[in-house]
Amino acid sequence: MALTRRLMLSLSFKLSLGFVLSLSFMLCMGLLLPTLSLAASEIREFSDPVTEQRYRDLTATLRCPKCENQAIGDSESPIAGDMRERVYAQLQDGRSDKEIIDFMVERFGDYVLYNPRLEGRTLLLWGLPAALVLIGLLVVTLIVRARRHASARDLSAEERARLDALINRERTE
Amino acid sequence: MTRRLLLLLPLVGFLVLGIFLYLGLSINRFERDSALMAREFPTFELATLEDPERVVDESLLEGEVTLVNVWGEWCPTCKQEMPQLLDLAERGVRLVGVDYKDTRDKGRDFLGTYGNPFEVNIFDPEGTLGFDLGVYGAPETFLVDRDGIIRYHHTGYIRPVDVRETILPEVEKWR
Amino acid sequence: MQTLLIPEIGHFALIIALLMALVQGVMPLAGAATRRPLWMAYARPMATGQFLFLAIAYLCLTASYLLDDFSVANVANNSNSLLPWYYKASAVWGNHEGSVLLWSLILAGWTFAVSHFSRELPRDMLARVLGVMGLVSVGFLAFVLITSNPFTRLLPNLPDDGADLNPLLQDFGLIVHPPMLYMGYVGFSVVFAFAIAALLGGRLDAAWTRWARPWTNIAWAFLTVGIALGSWWAYYELGWGGWWFWDPVENASLLPWLAGTALIHSLAVTEKRGSFKSWTVLLAIMTFSLSLLGTFLVRSGVLTSVHAFANDPSRGLFILALLGITVGLSLVLFALRAPRVSHQVGFNWLSRDALLLINNILLVIITVTVLLGTVYPLLLDALNLGKISVGPPYFNALFVPLTVLLCLFMGLGPLSRWKRMDGRDLFKRSWLSGLVALLIGMAAPLAYGGEWNLKVTLGLVVALWIVLPMARDLWAKTRHSAGRLAGVKRLSLAYWGMVLGHLGVAVTIIGVTVVSNYVIERNVRMGVGDSVQVAGYTFTMTELASRRGPNYLADTALIEVRRGDSRREFVMEPEKRLYLARGMPMTQVALSPGLFRDLYVAMGEELEGDSWAMRLQYKPFVRWLWLGALLMAAGGIMAVADKRYRRTVTVRGPEGAPTARAREATA
Repeated sequence: MALTRRLMLSLSFKLSLGFVLSLSFMLCMGLLLPTLSLAASEIREFSDPVTEQRYRDLTATLRCPKCENQAIGDSESPIAGDMRERVYAQLQDGRSDKEIIDFMVERFGDYVLYNPRLEGRTLLLWGLPAALVLIGLLVVTLIVRARRHASARDLSAEERARLDALINRERTE
Repeated sequence: MTRRLLLLLPLVGFLVLGIFLYLGLSINRFERDSALMAREFPTFELATLEDPERVVDESLLEGEVTLVNVWGEWCPTCKQEMPQLLDLAERGVRLVGVDYKDTRDKGRDFLGTYGNPFEVNIFDPEGTLGFDLGVYGAPETFLVDRDGIIRYHHTGYIRPVDVRETILPEVEKWR
Repeated sequence: MQTLLIPEIGHFALIIALLMALVQGVMPLAGAATRRPLWMAYARPMATGQFLFLAIAYLCLTASYLLDDFSVANVANNSNSLLPWYYKASAVWGNHEGSVLLWSLILAGWTFAVSHFSRELPRDMLARVLGVMGLVSVGFLAFVLITSNPFTRLLPNLPDDGADLNPLLQDFGLIVHPPMLYMGYVGFSVVFAFAIAALLGGRLDAAWTRWARPWTNIAWAFLTVGIALGSWWAYYELGWGGWWFWDPVENASLLPWLAGTALIHSLAVTEKRGSFKSWTVLLAIMTFSLSLLGTFLVRSGVLTSVHAFANDPSRGLFILALLGITVGLSLVLFALRAPRVSHQVGFNWLSRDALLLINNILLVIITVTVLLGTVYPLLLDALNLGKISVGPPYFNALFVPLTVLLCLFMGLGPLSRWKRMDGRDLFKRSWLSGLVALLIGMAAPLAYGGEWNLKVTLGLVVALWIVLPMARDLWAKTRHSAGRLAGVKRLSLAYWGMVLGHLGVAVTIIGVTVVSNYVIERNVRMGVGDSVQVAGYTFTMTELASRRGPNYLADTALIEVRRGDSRREFVMEPEKRLYLARGMPMTQVALSPGLFRDLYVAMGEELEGDSWAMRLQYKPFVRWLWLGALLMAAGGIMAVADKRYRRTVTVRGPEGAPTARAREATA
């Protein structure tokens, strides 16, 4: 009875853990949590908020090829302005996000992608954190399992001597 | 034994990182290979600087190995590299210029003052060709082979030593 | 002015400081190794002397700035006669040379503090600690003197005036952010020194953790505040309202913070339970190494960033060598001397020990992930695999789930008991909190924004999951026969420290969640008389004016703001400035700060017809971000303000005479 209870507890715990983890992972792929910046200076008209949001997202994920680490949405440099123009124009044309990004990469290379593509050379980048979580899980399991039954009662000889010394000292004080 | 190996792991990790950081010190952050390497020169249809009536397209670059140089009157480094371009022209290299984000007057003035090593200059006031070439600042130089494929890209100022050591050999290679 | 020898005095003082650091580094360590009390006794006076002379050197540099001595290259490059005096004083650290001098001064300061406040440490331990810190000082002072001397002169052709401080830096943020940050970075050298001293002395019992904890927590608190200040500064200074960009320099400060957070928890475990000893030592080494790595990344030119100092590969090489020697030798020492006997202190799956172990592992994973993302472009480039970029999309995609996971365990940790915790008991203590968190999390977006939002729910649930179980635990703990208030008084400062610290995390998470999902931005054209509505506020441009500041010209817009139908109005004055010395334009944002919302107005571009492109933003709960950080810092300090750390006990040696006084925890 107690065993079933414990099993169910641990199972529900692990299930909810998995649920939250996968949920948050799904949410976060491609999410931009820090507040999105406004496009520098120009005023643009959008037919609907979805397109406007796409414009914001695109100008935040495309990197200015010339600047010291700024997205095209944040930079005042001319090339960033040109790129923003193109993004806006292509959005008005009805292009998809992927098409716009590919358009930019064709001309400026992978450097302008703040979201690195998943390819051979970035396998380590995307894969290591997940691998580390699995290794971490393994490590925790091993350590806890090893220590679950160990008790603190075994003192080394040195510690026993110190304990004796402390006890003796307390007696004399 | 396993423990000893585990204890060495941080050191190994750090040494690997250290090596990369050391290599990183000698990398030039600003030099990037063009995304257009080994690809066709982008299509375009623009007038020339010299003659507004004459319209050229990408076929201009075919048939002969050409050095395409993107310049502008507003660009101080372009003035400095003119002697090197003139030198290349004298050595028989075919040069085609792209006047990037200029007005006609300014472009012509520039050539008048600093010399004109170019066979012809494509007039790109809006920067559309420059954009399709992935140009983000002048000067930039592209080597285009006989079939109109971009084979070499040089960002920024061309030094005299670059002419001898890099550009001429590349031109020869693709002839 | 150039006949005054102030820079030369400063230079000379610097050299003396280096020599003292050398003695401080070598003698005590040798003395501890060979048991020579006389050599060990050099530690304290040398630490004092080094601090003194560095202070003199630093004051000389500051004086040169304040006196407009443009014969000093550093002053000429970074200051200007028109600069207000408080910016002149801060410009000292607004450049590479001056900031490394500040680094060294702060290091000497911490060393001096350790030498002064550690009288009850065993003599050889103190000698080793001060010795290690001395060696680190030697590295930095050598760096300053050899590659980054702030006292070089421009004689005989000195300029009429200086090149001015970068206008972006002419701000209150410069006055506070770097010093706080450096106090944190450098502060971790103390726990590093303790760890190395423990390894060297072969004494790896839990005692060193007890001594090191207060220093570590204080350093961590400083770093927390420093990072928060940096974020706040970027928010209003850089004209785009963002508060974190995963820029390499920002990451450079976050890395030691993450490792430091793991460290403060790990130190607590080792002190309390005597377990994870090797791990804590390794973490201490790692945290300071990340501080040094951050210094390298920011100053070597290896990574691209808006925040980086002027780049110089030769300096980068020196720092890399410094990094290599310090970290390399430490890790070798670790591999050789890490305790072989790990006392098998037992604990079960849901005990606090296990939960803190998970905390540590997750924090380290997050640290490695941020490090990986930061250096990955460099890695690929060095291997000739092309140039890529790794930016916010990557970091957010990984950081957020890992942090959510971390917070999950963070909710349980304070509830759990050391050594053994029953699952049922834990469930009993937390199920109601979890349910309430879930319900509030789901209801809040409906109430606030009118529609359900998964991201908001997730953020709120996580934040509440951190807070509610603790609240319940507090309630249970204060069940006292003499009344609740008596119960509260019985709780230790350490407990309150933990509560405050974790509360800070929850507050920050709420801030991030709300501002990311409910921010409203409008980019509009406004001329005099135009009105715009944003989030229930009406913004009206009433005037466009020009004015002159101490070292700039400005175009100002007067914007009257009114909320809804209310009568009360206030005025916001954004500006577009042109700094004269450098000819640099700058946007001065107008902010209306509030606990629950910020209003943010910036001038974009001037348009025809006497109008401007204006950026208006409504940012709800953005201040919670930084308030949470302040709470965290306060909690960190409170956790070690406990009486335990201040009570001293005399330990008698074998002859019966007192040899050293050690602080002993009574718990």
